[in-house]
Amino acid sequence: MAKQYEFPNRGLPYLLVLPQMLIVAVFFFWPAAQALWQSLYVQDAFGITLIFVGMENYIKLFKDPNYTSSLIRTFVFSGLVAFTAMAISLFLAVQANRKISFSTFYKTMLIWPYAVATLIAGVLWLFMFNPTVGVVAYFLKHSFGVDWNHIQNSAQAFLLVTLASSWKQISYNFVFFLAGLQNVPATLVEAAAIDGAGPSRRFWGIIFPLLSPTTFYLLVMNLVFAFFETFPIIHQMTQGGPNQATSILVYKVYQDGYINLNLGASAAQSVVLMIIVIGLTVFQFRFLERKITY
Amino acid sequence: MVERSLIRRSAPHLILIIAIFVIVFPIWLIFVASSRSLPEILNAPMPSIPGSHLLENYGMALVEGSKNLGSPALTMLKNSLIMALGISVGKIVVSLLASFAIVFFDFKLRKFCFWSIFITLMLPVEVRIMPTYKVVADLGMLNTYWGLILPMIVSATAVFLFRQFFMSLPREIAEASQIDGASPGQFFRRILVPMTRTPIAAMFVIQFIYGWNQYLWPLLITTKQEYYTLLIGITRMLAVGESQVEWHIVMATTLLAMMPPVVVVVAMQKQFVTGMTDTEK
Repeated sequence: MAKQYEFPNRGLPYLLVLPQMLIVAVFFFWPAAQALWQSLYVQDAFGITLIFVGMENYIKLFKDPNYTSSLIRTFVFSGLVAFTAMAISLFLAVQANRKISFSTFYKTMLIWPYAVATLIAGVLWLFMFNPTVGVVAYFLKHSFGVDWNHIQNSAQAFLLVTLASSWKQISYNFVFFLAGLQNVPATLVEAAAIDGAGPSRRFWGIIFPLLSPTTFYLLVMNLVFAFFETFPIIHQMTQGGPNQATSILVYKVYQDGYINLNLGASAAQSVVLMIIVIGLTVFQFRFLERKITY
Repeated sequence: MVERSLIRRSAPHLILIIAIFVIVFPIWLIFVASSRSLPEILNAPMPSIPGSHLLENYGMALVEGSKNLGSPALTMLKNSLIMALGISVGKIVVSLLASFAIVFFDFKLRKFCFWSIFITLMLPVEVRIMPTYKVVADLGMLNTYWGLILPMIVSATAVFLFRQFFMSLPREIAEASQIDGASPGQFFRRILVPMTRTPIAAMFVIQFIYGWNQYLWPLLITTKQEYYTLLIGITRMLAVGESQVEWHIVMATTLLAMMPPVVVVVAMQKQFVTGMTDTEK
């Protein structure tokens, strides 16, 4: 891109970036630095003095079976949420992208749930599956004999937070897949149809590869969502339980830092999370640079 | 294209209708629950058509709130609105100024400023939540609107969108205004901002929803009822321990909390979609 015209002024630009830079410094760099620094210390029993312990907080963290199992659980959970939400959205976007009547109505109906807060998604599913008042829980019990109680059953709890999180993410993915599908040149697809490729061949052979930048971008965004932004769902529905079954990393940071006030461990966990996000971001840039278009 | 038969033609409709049903069904249930009395909800299964307590429940939620909470939805509605508007408007203003400086001026720390802002994209708030909490506590901003709003303005998405847009403008515009004797400030107010209307609208929709739907942050820093946002109120109402959840009030409050961002998205769907797909790439 060409360089923009530049006003000859020395002082003004500093004044203009000042508010943004102040906010970034106070609410981004300072806390990030504090997390790094704090992760190297432990507090004594009375919370008065800090003792430098180097990497000990980290070593303890990875030796703690609660933490490593939470780490694995988080990856499984994120993978499941990303896959479910993306597969359903792509399927729906393909349907809505056809030249059919009411397609505008369908699109609007599938897009607006984006505005529903993650917490509210949790409340909705909680209300449906509540063991005493939930309509779905009642239905499961009386039609299938399934005794639904996610407060005690770990597998059910895990399934419930996975479903609620995927539900929440469908609209977001739908918007992007739809935009991606609209950019697929119709001539290519028509040419393939004329050559005798059936609908599924056209989809997997032409449309899906052309969508790969969108798919890849969404994969990263969905992983980030499942990793970090599902906190309201977990906090609302299961509080990490039963038996840590739904305690993902972000929830643990909150629990250890805010509830149990174990600041050193919590700071070390924050740093691990930062490394995971930075890893994902770098991965994304690397991949995008290679431009996965055909 | 090739598909002709009736089944094949109606299949997409059927699939989309089922999908919409799955997505809308939980919301319908909330609506029904918000129009029924507590005994009706507790006596499972709850009927699937609205009852007669709609106005009563909403009135109670708005003015009185749940018994164990002691904070009416009106107060929380006000707080959510202040937070959402504070975040969206604040972010837009701060980002417009910063992108203006970065694109239209040549200054020594330009690169440094750009990269400092850029790096914030990498770390969502959830990741640095505890240290940020400590900083805000040290600044004495717990239970204040400033504390709710400022840390949420950090991220650089808006700076990126505006920067990209500014760079795509023809260079002659700024040049001509400079030759005509307009100061940079006049150029910014009278020419640049009016030209940026569409990206500003798109950003507003996205940031308003982002702000309205914030949860973890207000959960940490609001411990006084008068600063609860709607989402925090809902959580507190559900956390009653042994006593009975007042589902009818919770559901009315949930619907109240859901409506504003939904209205914004439906009313500004076009700006919203372009805004989303533009910022992220």
